[in-house]
Formats: sequence, C-alpha cells, structure tokens
Amino acid sequence: MSDTEKSHKDPIIRVNNVRKIYMDSLPALDGVSLSVDHKEFVSIVGHSGAGKTTLLKMILAEEFPSEGEILFDNTNIYELKKKEMNKYRRRIGMVFQDFRLLPHKTAFENIAFAMEAAGRTDEEIESDVPHVLDLVDLGDKIWNFPQELSGGEKQRLAIARAIVNQPDLVIADEPTGNLDPVNTHDIVQILKKINDLGTTVILTTHNRGVVESLNHRVITMENGKIVRDDSHGRYVI
Amino acid sequence: MFWTDTKRIIKTGFVSFWRNGVVTAAAVLVMTVTLFVLGSLVFLDAMLDSALGQIQSKVDINVYFTVDAPEDAMMAMKDSLEALPETASVDFVSRDEAVAEFTRKHADDQLILQALNELDDNPLGAHLNIRAKETSQYESIARFLDSENALSSEGAGIIDKINYFQNKTAIDKLSKIITSVDALSFAILIIFIIISIMIVFNTIRLAIYTSKEEISVMQLVGASHSYIRGPFIIEGMMYGFTSALFAMVLFYPVTIWLGPFTEDFFGGTNVFDYYVDNFSQMFLILILAGVVLGAISSFLAIKRYLKL
Repeated sequence: MSDTEKSHKDPIIRVNNVRKIYMDSLPALDGVSLSVDHKEFVSIVGHSGAGKTTLLKMILAEEFPSEGEILFDNTNIYELKKKEMNKYRRRIGMVFQDFRLLPHKTAFENIAFAMEAAGRTDEEIESDVPHVLDLVDLGDKIWNFPQELSGGEKQRLAIARAIVNQPDLVIADEPTGNLDPVNTHDIVQILKKINDLGTTVILTTHNRGVVESLNHRVITMENGKIVRDDSHGRYVI
Repeated sequence: MFWTDTKRIIKTGFVSFWRNGVVTAAAVLVMTVTLFVLGSLVFLDAMLDSALGQIQSKVDINVYFTVDAPEDAMMAMKDSLEALPETASVDFVSRDEAVAEFTRKHADDQLILQALNELDDNPLGAHLNIRAKETSQYESIARFLDSENALSSEGAGIIDKINYFQNKTAIDKLSKIITSVDALSFAILIIFIIISIMIVFNTIRLAIYTSKEEISVMQLVGASHSYIRGPFIIEGMMYGFTSALFAMVLFYPVTIWLGPFTEDFFGGTNVFDYYVDNFSQMFLILILAGVVLGAISSFLAIKRYLKL
C-alpha cells in the first residue's frame, strides 16, 4: 500500500475537543470534535452564531482555539511554522459568502495570484487560468474586474480561485448566502463536481434546499456544539 | 523563482499604483506637500547659510604694526598666523599699499590729502587683515597675537594696535547670532523632518488600511509575507518618487516668483539661481527622502495586517 493510499485511510481533518472563548463571553465553540475523510462532502448547518464560521476559521488557522487541536493529514496545524502554514493553506481552497476577491485585479489576475503564491511558473499560469475560468463558465469574463461581475459570477470566480491549485480540501463558508436560487443551484453543482473529482468539500449553509439536494453527511451545530451528525442527513433545526 | 517573484512583485506594485487611482492621488498629494515643505527648508537653510557666510566674510581683524616694525618680523608673524588652525586667510598690506589705500578712500577729501602731503614721512604702518574660519575663533587669534607681541624681539612690541578689542562686542554678538540662527534652523529642520515622517507614515497607513481585506485574502490563499508585502513597498516607493517629481516641478514657478524677494532679503542670493544650480542635488535629496520614507512607511504599515 503506498503512503498516499495509507494516509487516505486516515481522516483529512480531525478536530479534537476544540473550545474557543472570545474575551469573557460564552464559548463560540464548546468542545467540538469531528473528523472528515478524504473525498467526503460535509455540510455544516446551524443558526447564525452556532459556531460554523468560527470552526472554519480554526481549520484555516485564521484564529487559534482556546483549547484542543486540529490535525490536517495527522499534523497539528497550530504547530506549523510560518512557511509550513503558507504551504498548508495552499492545500485548501476557500470560498466565502462575500466572495473576498481582490478588487483591483481582473478575473485572470485573481486566479493568477493564487497560482503565483503557490510558486507556479508563468507558463502554467498562462495555460491553467483560462482553462479553470472556462470550467466555471467565465471564459468570456477573463479581463473583467470583480465589480463588473454579477454575484453569481463573482462566486464562480472565487470557486475557480479556490480550485486552481488542485487543493485537497475546499471549504465553502455560506457560498450561496448572497445568491438567487438559479445561481445557488449553479454553485452547488460546481461544488458537487469538485467533490466528484476527488476533492474533500466542507460547506456551511443556511439553505435547507441545498442540504437536502446534496444528500450527503450533515453536521448540525447549536451554541458552539455539534448536536447532530447524520451520514445522509437532512436539514433539521 | 527569486527573480520571477521579484519581477511579479515589481509589476504588481506598478499596476496597483496605477489602478488604485483615488488612494494613489491622495497619498501623492500629501507626500508632495510634505516633500515641498522639506525642500523649502533645504532652500531656506541654504539661503541662511549664504547670508550668514556673507556677513561672516565682512568680519575680520586687523593688526596694525608700528611704523618702524621690521619687515621680516611682520612676515614671520604672518607665517605663524597662517599656521594657526583657526585662520582662514591672512593678507599683508605694506606701508605703501596702506597709504595708497588711504588716498583712494579719501580721494574726495582735499583737506586730509593736503595734511598727508604736508608730512615728510608716511605716517601709516603696515597691517595684516586676518579672517578666521568661524567668528567665534577671532578671540583666540587675538589672544595669540597679544602673546606673540609680548614675546617679540627685545621686549618692544611691533604691534601698534589690534582692532579686535575695539570690535569685540560687535563680533561676539554677531558670533552669538550666527550660532543661534544655525542651531535654530537645524532644530526646525529636524522638527519638520519628524513631522514629515509622521505625515507620510500615516498617509501610507491609511492607503494600506483600505487594502486590509485584500491582505487577509492573500494570506488565506497561502501567499508568503514577503510576496504580499513586496508590491505595497513598491507602491510606497512610487508615491515617494512621483511626489518628489511633482515637488521639484512645483519649485520652478515658486522660486522664480520668490527670487527677487530672496535676493533683497538674503543679501544677493537668488533662490531661483540656487534652484537651477543645485537642481540635480535637490532632486536627488527629495527622491531619496520620498522613496525611502515611502518604503519604510509601507513596510511598517503592512506589518500589523500580516498576522494571520
């Protein structure tokens, strides 16, 4: 058995008893433990303030937990050095509700930036960027700036940026929160396709329709705790 | 990879400078005003230096020798004065030159000239005109002369009069004024440099503040700190460079306009002539100040957003 196959037997993400308390307030995360396998599609649902986004921030090491640890491929991400942290983040594609595109860069440059950060050559960038933009149906908007794109197009561009470095994990934090039903459907289909191609996807959402159409694992959070974890779950709040 | 990254950083810096139109315009405007003030201080300092230099050059002390002072003793004193570290120049005026100078000075005063002609012998002694490097050094030169006179041959001094002691109060006062003006202009320069640094730093901090979301996204896609920071530093340097250009261009009409006033006020030094003569030096000072300030400010300002 190869190393890759062996490591794919272990979960890609393991969250061990993570607690996060901001100042003196109630815990945003209260003893959360979960694991996500390679190639899995996991939806995390819950009311606003349930702790979904905080959990994703912990996974991205955007914030550090008050207690507990998170392992990515069996490595504690909070023990990574700065350079290793950059490498770790390049293995994750991130999609946000508010898109978080670079406003002064064109669609091409937004994606090229992620590739440049990963140390890719100019030739790779020239060939891969148009290709990935075609994949999300933005081939004709390659030189447009984000403010010239609609909400759905911005989110597709954000997804293109998230997948261009072929990450092991895509994290989508309420990606359909600002979109109409048609665009929501498109984005979900793209995420499904990414997962079908072998990338692990973690999705947080408020959208009942999205969760039920996926028919994958659903984790329900409430007050910073995991209250349900169904392998083929439904939206139950 | 290093060269590829460097090329990308420089390109991104230039493109951002161009695309962030409003932020760039605001930063360049503030930096232009700041560099203009700094440049004006350099001009003012130069004007003051030249005015003080002119005043200083008018101050000297004269050593009048007795009529019968032997020439070799006077020349020996001239040589020993020239050897002093405080001395800038020593001119020897012989008895004949002294009387010629006296005649020229009083060419319109027939009475004095007649009186001079009545005399059998030249009544004027030779003298030395001594200039010190600094006005404060005249006293030590005068002291040296005093001691030299006391030690001179056979106890009889060859020096008739040193006019330093008559002019001492005026020279001392002038010396104090020059030292105070020098210190004051230096203090003002330092204060303005500190204020300029603070203004530029805050302007760039605001410019970078508008990009803080972008910086966090760049970190989340795994860009290294130096790769994120680089274009902002280039942009800061561009602000400084462009502002220095604008400030230099702005000085052209301003110095033309102020030229005649400065000529009257500072005793013959025209600020426009100074601007033209020292153009490359001024340009270099402003560009260096702008570029270095821009780079350092950007480096420090972005630091607080690179915490993820």
